[in-house]
Amino acid sequence: MFTGEEIAGVFDELGITHVVTVPDSTIGQWQGAIEERGRTRLVRVCREGEAWEVAAGLHLGGARPLVLIQCTGLFESGDAIRNVLHDWKLPIFSIIGYRSYLNQDTLPGDTCLVFTEPVLDTWKVDYKLLTKHEQLGEISAHYTACRDAKKPGAILVAEGKA
Amino acid sequence: MSGARMSGRDALAVVHRARGPRDVVVTTMATSRDWMTMPQTPLDVIFVPSAMGHATSLGLGLALAQPNRRVVVCNGDGSMLMNLGSLVSISGAHVANLTLIVFDNGVYEVTGAQPTPAPNTVDYAAIARGAGFPAVHAYQDLETWSAEAEQVLSGSGPTFVWLRVDAARGIPGPRSPGPAGDRARALQEALRA
Repeated sequence: MFTGEEIAGVFDELGITHVVTVPDSTIGQWQGAIEERGRTRLVRVCREGEAWEVAAGLHLGGARPLVLIQCTGLFESGDAIRNVLHDWKLPIFSIIGYRSYLNQDTLPGDTCLVFTEPVLDTWKVDYKLLTKHEQLGEISAHYTACRDAKKPGAILVAEGKA
Repeated sequence: MSGARMSGRDALAVVHRARGPRDVVVTTMATSRDWMTMPQTPLDVIFVPSAMGHATSLGLGLALAQPNRRVVVCNGDGSMLMNLGSLVSISGAHVANLTLIVFDNGVYEVTGAQPTPAPNTVDYAAIARGAGFPAVHAYQDLETWSAEAEQVLSGSGPTFVWLRVDAARGIPGPRSPGPAGDRARALQEALRA
């Protein structure tokens, strides 16, 4: 839905210093453009729970990080989200790939569609769902609104394949 | 390594003496409990409450954000086992200013000293080398660790230190020293100085 160049441009505009990430087949395609632009450092971690705590350390140290993972990694991240967002009250922002939202050709009956949004609600994360390319500008708008409110937020990016 | 081990608290006290005034020290679980019995600085991160095994990840983020400071993470072996992948994340990030110390007592000490899945079996130094850490050290006697700690902490990393220590049994786990959100803001202030 979005190109790597578009996303890298958004990160640049927002002053994102580090993107802490585990790839999937959609958001992983953005890595090349982010690295090529050179203003945002990619921090590759092995599992998504790590990403939230790495972002926490970055935020505490004065950087402006963002977590970039798939919704399956969101499910894995529960304890870290609880700790970072709610114990330590750090306003970490994330972009989360929403597997199978646009079609379920690869994974018919994918339960990501059942659990992703309720899980975000449970963790009290203010999220926006983007399903069309025309919504690119909503990433910056939602990030800025969450930053000004000093609260965590997320963008859910609709994906079409696993 | 086999034979007698040093006390975990004594081994941690060595870190307390060897750390520099600008160093950030992250403790978790038993090391938090013991660290809180020693004099504190604004750059001490008592990672209580924590997410299971994630002190290493928090330390990686701090080290990336503060490249001109040494970040020392004092982890347990039980916590390390919960987040072994973070060793690879740390080595891949090439953070020269991060030192990770694993206090290996073979048990989950703060929950009542139940054994970890393979106590006295795991070679953490080999795991760290295999994960790509360029500097790896192992100690089980206090005298050698005390003599070399300052040099180990000041070396270029990421550095991994494996300390074989005794388990302290029957001692409760750490209590939070205060609201974590307030401590987060205080740490941010200290890191800006």
